[in-house]
Amino acid sequence: MSETRNVWVFVEQDEGKTADVSLELMSKGRELADELKSELWAVLPGDGVGALASDLVARGADRVLYAEHRELRQYRTLPYARVLTALVAERRPYILLFGASSVGRDLAPRVASAVRSGLTADCTDLQIGDFESQKDKQVYKDLLLQIRPAFGGNLIATIVNPKHRPQMATVREGVMRQRPADASRKGTIEKVPCSFEPGDFALEVLSREVRASTVKLKEAPVIVSGGMGVGDAEGFALVRELAAAMGGEVGASRAAVDAGLIAKEHQVGQTGTTVRPRLYVAAGISGAIQHRAGMAESSKIIAVNTDPDAPIFQIAHYRIVGDLAQVLPLMTAALREKAK
Amino acid sequence: MPFRSIVLVKQVPDTKNITGDAMTPEGTVNRAALPAVFNPEDLNALEMALRIKDREGGEVVVLTMGPPSATEVLREALYRGADRAILLTDRKFAGADTLATSYTLACAIGKIGAFDFVFAGRQAIDGDTAQVGPQTAEKLGIPQITYAESIESVEGGHVVVRRALDRGSELVRCSLPCLLTVVGSAPAARPASVRRRIAYKRDAGIESWTAADIGAEEARLGMAGSPTQVHKINFVVLEGTESKDVKPTAEGIAALVDELVREYVIG
Repeated sequence: MSETRNVWVFVEQDEGKTADVSLELMSKGRELADELKSELWAVLPGDGVGALASDLVARGADRVLYAEHRELRQYRTLPYARVLTALVAERRPYILLFGASSVGRDLAPRVASAVRSGLTADCTDLQIGDFESQKDKQVYKDLLLQIRPAFGGNLIATIVNPKHRPQMATVREGVMRQRPADASRKGTIEKVPCSFEPGDFALEVLSREVRASTVKLKEAPVIVSGGMGVGDAEGFALVRELAAAMGGEVGASRAAVDAGLIAKEHQVGQTGTTVRPRLYVAAGISGAIQHRAGMAESSKIIAVNTDPDAPIFQIAHYRIVGDLAQVLPLMTAALREKAK
Repeated sequence: MPFRSIVLVKQVPDTKNITGDAMTPEGTVNRAALPAVFNPEDLNALEMALRIKDREGGEVVVLTMGPPSATEVLREALYRGADRAILLTDRKFAGADTLATSYTLACAIGKIGAFDFVFAGRQAIDGDTAQVGPQTAEKLGIPQITYAESIESVEGGHVVVRRALDRGSELVRCSLPCLLTVVGSAPAARPASVRRRIAYKRDAGIESWTAADIGAEEARLGMAGSPTQVHKINFVVLEGTESKDVKPTAEGIAALVDELVREYVIG
């Protein structure tokens, strides 16, 4: 088969449920395919996953390729990479997208290396556009523009892959918006064969403990986030109290998570969760682009910081220059007073 | 049973501590203004390799690709307990993306010869891609264990490893040789030893290899071997939002809360 202009999404599932990030990518993939006037295909490896295929058609797929095998029941790098690599070589997609989950970030580079193509991690936007190469002075039409913060989040880079196919990228959960399913859509569901080599089973999963997340940042209407300005783990108590008084979730900057002040699942930003709440309170967060990339679309932003020049103030709707230890309890008290 | 481990390390600009001089007015990076550091998670990877050597004996080889100044991280690794250090340096390696980098590293590992483990940090703080580890494993044709947090046991040609997942963890058993990428929550690296620092001070015996030394195909190296290109770089411009200043007083805050409730933002 010759090269196509088709857009593929690797669909991740666990215990019969499609991952949210995959559904978000289906929505984005549909937009890209429409712009390219081509097809969106979903690629779904697993065991007993055929039942998920019709939902993927409703989510925008023109074709669903599903592979079923008992060795694909739990995610493991090599069997999954074998399935993907064979399909890519045979059907030649133009674009291949993965969620930047612990599965996608393990699988995508393995596949990219096997098919010798380029891969861009943690994109915050994907567009179709033209590119004039400085290398060979040629103009490449309709490439995937892979946009991501770079250099610790201090720059925004647009990466392209002019000559190698597929053009591959990963995207974090929450970055792309998920569109509702349309049950009237039509698409083809195709079961594809899979074959393995003995070396594919070098790794065995002995046990897996996955907790349901208790932090629901993505859907939260109100988020109160703390950064390095909160000082220490006790300082986060003020953040938690305010969040509780507002009926919101607790978020955090990467710096606060890296410093061990709070668990990673609270992290908002490019390498954490992207959020769009009605109200976002940034307490003691300076506002590196890394963080802002994950919260700038909040409807209202309140920033509290002792440094009047902190970048977060430039995107805040309400600026409070002051000490967290005073400001947060005042807000909590005022809210409790209102609730009476 | 002695094991041979190869640890992939990288010298990176310290992107976590960007100062005012780090960006030029044109929005490009002024690398000279940024201190170069040992990529943090590569230190966790080094420690994991050293612990295997402590327990089972063997050798720890550190490998890096970079300019001659990258020997600093190799020295640091020797001070902390590595046995042998190799620098891959050649103009032909310049401008490599993760695919070309992993090819180069795999060629060098081929020249080092037989090994049991390859270790690397999960990702480097200048790119945060987490791609070079898995891509190197693929080039070597060996299994990968990403997000490794601890090694539980090594026996009978297998290793049992605990991996950190997005929400939880996983215990896996894998045949050797294999490649592990190590996360920052793994044990921190031991400090440099004064004795080793003195021993290596004058001559660290760092080997330096070029593209010709590792028998690499030139077309797969550096910029020529990199599928991805940077189309453009934008300096982050903050767009001002219409904003109100709120006084950090009880009255100021109460008025803010009133406004939020009145406009149905909260409550």
